[in-house]
Amino acid sequence: MRSRAGYGIIAFTLLVAAVLAIVPNPLWLQWARPEWVALVILYWCMALPHRVGLLTAAVTGVFQDVLEGAPLGQHGLALLAVALLVALLYKRLRVFSLWQQSAMVFLIIGMHQLIDQWVQSLQGAAAGSLLFLLPALTSALVWPVVLHVLRALRRYYHMV
Amino acid sequence: MALAGLLVADLHFNSLGRTRALLNTLATPVFWVADIPREVDDWAGQHLRSRSALIRDAERLRRENLLLQGRAQQMASLQAENLRLRALLGSTALVRNDVQVAELIGVSPDPMRHLLVINKGGQDGVYIGQPLIDAEGLVGQVVEVAEYTARVLLITDPTHSTPVQINRNGVRAIAEGNGSLDALEVHHIPVTTDIEPGDLLVSSGMGGRFPVGYPVGVVTQVDRDPGQPFARILARPSAALDRSRHVLLVFVGAEAESTRETPADRSADPAGGPAGQDSG
Repeated sequence: MRSRAGYGIIAFTLLVAAVLAIVPNPLWLQWARPEWVALVILYWCMALPHRVGLLTAAVTGVFQDVLEGAPLGQHGLALLAVALLVALLYKRLRVFSLWQQSAMVFLIIGMHQLIDQWVQSLQGAAAGSLLFLLPALTSALVWPVVLHVLRALRRYYHMV
Repeated sequence: MALAGLLVADLHFNSLGRTRALLNTLATPVFWVADIPREVDDWAGQHLRSRSALIRDAERLRRENLLLQGRAQQMASLQAENLRLRALLGSTALVRNDVQVAELIGVSPDPMRHLLVINKGGQDGVYIGQPLIDAEGLVGQVVEVAEYTARVLLITDPTHSTPVQINRNGVRAIAEGNGSLDALEVHHIPVTTDIEPGDLLVSSGMGGRFPVGYPVGVVTQVDRDPGQPFARILARPSAALDRSRHVLLVFVGAEAESTRETPADRSADPAGGPAGQDSG
């Protein structure tokens, strides 16, 4: 009973992240939008690795592709890489201090962006500059907020 | 592996069109939710305005209306004259295209992709390849159709090219997007061609996708390097691509006829009965 409610919460947070990912931004924020979906996947993979893993990441990614009109699998692959990295690193991530975690988030989201860009360049719409890495920085900056909100949710619903 | 296969299938074959349409329909509620902040903003803009601003607006609109009415009077006689002259010349009558207003409910979060989501879909007769315009010019074309929404590729997307001609002298060219919202590049124009900053580019109708004569952009910059075979030409899109909230879906010719079943909600079209729908 309780575990099923847990899955509902995870799905809900992913949905909220998807909405945040397509909410229109002012033009000057276009390049700096944090990768909300990747951040949420990252948190759940770290906190509940036995529940959220590669499959969740891949399915969520394909859903995000549909939302953004990207080639199916672009975000799927990128999120898969995030989930894979976190599956390897979650024990370390959990004991890191907040700023160390943020640094790791910067690297992981950076990888996410690189894969994203790589697939996009296959389609002929590659970014002309390194600006596409900016979301890695903003994601690292909002990570503490994401962490605290999701942790509060997880503790409130006793999800283990 | 499965994802890589999916990626290849989507990029290189068009086999996933139906699947995409279905998934898009499923994802529609997310667009609605994501659009709520803008709805609220719109509502506030409409309902929370000062009296003086409203009076000023009404005044301005009255003036504009008078002006347009004045022009419309001439319009009718000019159109009739135009038809007569065309009949004399023996060419087919150019009929005004049908349009339908659509509202924008989403923009692509990726700055390199210029995609919009509009609130009209297969239900409203939208079809793939359908052109869109706004008050000032050509906006783009429909690339994906779901049941209640459709995705639009803007003319400034790096993967989009628009056949254009210079309004002044009819020179044909191709205008390509380059990834920035306020610029188009016109490629393969020889350095000796008569093209100047300020020239209006209109759609040429070549390729049969866009109807003839909609403004596409204004040439802003012409670099002629004698060492290069082609001039480097930049244009600014006429349409307010980053601002307009409402766009017009243009129904062109026979394709529109075959996909539209509900003629009731189309805008009034005095010139074109069923007899003369061969526009475009």
